[in-house]
Amino acid sequence: MLAQIERLGATTITRFEDLGRMGIFLSRVFSSIFSRPFGFRDLLKQIAFIGASSMPIILLSGLFTGMVLALQFYAVMVDFGAVELMGAAVSKSLVQELGPVMTALMVIARVGSATCAEIAIMRNEQQFDALTCMAISPYRFIMVPRLLAAIISLPILTSIYNLIGIFGGYLVGVYLKGLSGMAYMQTIENSITWSDLKMTFIKSIIFAVILIWIAMAKGFFVHLEKGVSGAEAVGKVTTKAVVASAITMLFADYIVSSFLI
Amino acid sequence: MKKISLELIVGLFIVFGTASILYLSVAVSGLSIFEADGYHLKAKFENSSGLKKGAVVEIAGVKIGQVESINLDTDTQESLVWIKVQTNVEIQDDAVASIRTAGIIGDKFIKISTGGGDPLEDGDEIIETEPSISIEELISKYMFSNES
Amino acid sequence: MSDSQALIKVNNLSSAYGERKVLFDIDLEVKQGEILVVMGGSGSGKSTLLRNMLGLMMPSQGEILFNGKDICKVNQAELAKLRQSMGVAFQGGALLSSLSVGDNIKLPLRQHTDLDEKTISIMARLKLELMNLAEYEDLMPSELSGGMLKRAGLARAVIMDPKILFFDEPSAGLDPVTSVELDQLILDLREAMNMTIIVVTHELESAFKIADRIAVLFDGKLVTIGSVEHIKACSDERVVNLINRKPRINPLDADKYLSRLTKGS
Repeated sequence: MLAQIERLGATTITRFEDLGRMGIFLSRVFSSIFSRPFGFRDLLKQIAFIGASSMPIILLSGLFTGMVLALQFYAVMVDFGAVELMGAAVSKSLVQELGPVMTALMVIARVGSATCAEIAIMRNEQQFDALTCMAISPYRFIMVPRLLAAIISLPILTSIYNLIGIFGGYLVGVYLKGLSGMAYMQTIENSITWSDLKMTFIKSIIFAVILIWIAMAKGFFVHLEKGVSGAEAVGKVTTKAVVASAITMLFADYIVSSFLI
Repeated sequence: MKKISLELIVGLFIVFGTASILYLSVAVSGLSIFEADGYHLKAKFENSSGLKKGAVVEIAGVKIGQVESINLDTDTQESLVWIKVQTNVEIQDDAVASIRTAGIIGDKFIKISTGGGDPLEDGDEIIETEPSISIEELISKYMFSNES
Repeated sequence: MSDSQALIKVNNLSSAYGERKVLFDIDLEVKQGEILVVMGGSGSGKSTLLRNMLGLMMPSQGEILFNGKDICKVNQAELAKLRQSMGVAFQGGALLSSLSVGDNIKLPLRQHTDLDEKTISIMARLKLELMNLAEYEDLMPSELSGGMLKRAGLARAVIMDPKILFFDEPSAGLDPVTSVELDQLILDLREAMNMTIIVVTHELESAFKIADRIAVLFDGKLVTIGSVEHIKACSDERVVNLINRKPRINPLDADKYLSRLTKGS
């Protein structure tokens, strides 16, 4: 019994240590944003990786999400004779909630995992030690471009996701269910307000920081992982990073929504 | 084949992305950066419950303007609504402005039934109005009249 | 051997990973232009000693003086400055996997100097030719063999013409020929640039060939330090065992092992 309580205590301490370490990591990355020289080309590379290369998956998933939403809403709304409001329903749920969340999930799956594994392998190959010994800060040189690229890319990806989702809803609503296209667009225009858009952008920026932070930090501290090393540790931290960033992101989503709605 | 340069990919992404952000802000939210010309009219309603800033103003089901502001007129205890109407649309001094609902649970909008008098100018008031009809009131009225 | 001659001085250094102590009271001195080889078996603490000297790990006790400055006490800016006069070649090269070999080697110059791109590429080419890597400049690190990676890492370590070079396990995992080449390279570097070089290794031949002095570590303690002759003549059991490659564990008794296996089944 006593041993179990002891173990619980030990786990708690480890968790808090992890959290503290990751917090310090994030503050170091943020404070390195303005230190010179700035790696502009690295930033471009990361935008191409995080943003531009995510376009196909964002376009596809956005389109299908919008189409499914339209189908679902139609099935419910037809009973109330409120199908005219389908545009509003589809766009509101996309812009406020599904757009930022689904985009972040897609980026976590595609970019978060890759970034975490890449950084963990760099750690294993002593690349960070090498950078430190060359008096080049790994935070400035490796982390800052990734953080900034995520902060720039996510709002853009989210807007594209929203738009393509609305378009998907239009396809189903207008061509499949015979709604009037004008009405669809008109209700969107009436229902989406500036504060909905603000929500989309605030959420996507917060999610960007969360997902890239957790991916980078988990990879960066791979050598502190207990009981595993080498390739196994890389696999383990990558899994952890994906799970942790998805859950943290959804938790943050709830917090932000409850403040902004 | 020449490899597509990094700058081009990122540039395209940013241009495409910014365009979609702009489109969302401008077209979808009705945040009119490219504000159409128009003139302002006011109307006083006994009750403008449910009407929002940016709500549509229609004539015969066609959008001709939107609600600019909603305030309380402290003198008359009425709701003072300013609307903006497209320049090419004429509204006469005997027109009626009424607050309606699109469907049973839809958004409120202002419906204008045109008259035959002199056209109104910027800053004028549409005198004749009908307040928004609330379903709750209708239902309670109906039940009340049944009991009596 | 006066203090003023010593480029690096390690005084009374102890180090630990959490609760586990791995280095005990190490005292060392490295003179300008000297090649010091730190030797020891696996787990003897030689890599930890290196990490401490590089400032990658804080010692639990003691000081490391570099040109009279304690690297554990100086501030970040000064440490960065100190590090620009140190070159480190890591075990696997530790090249950044996202940059080509050439870009890796140019990295310190691009980050720390205002030289124009043309000068930088001439300097990089010079070092690449020295390491016999000129034709691989545009390849990515993943396309290079282990020996090439080590040499590329060495090229990057000396690109800023450092006063002192650290080399971690130059011959680990290499075939004998490549390993001999690297040893020769180390000697050449000292010859050409009068560099002070600290090599961490467990390879005997390589150590005997390049070292001016050898420090032998065993279980985190400095056993002895001295010239090659001194080490060869040393009578300490731990040094003798290391030189004669006497295994630390008892050889497997085949009969006993078999009988235990059969008994177990």
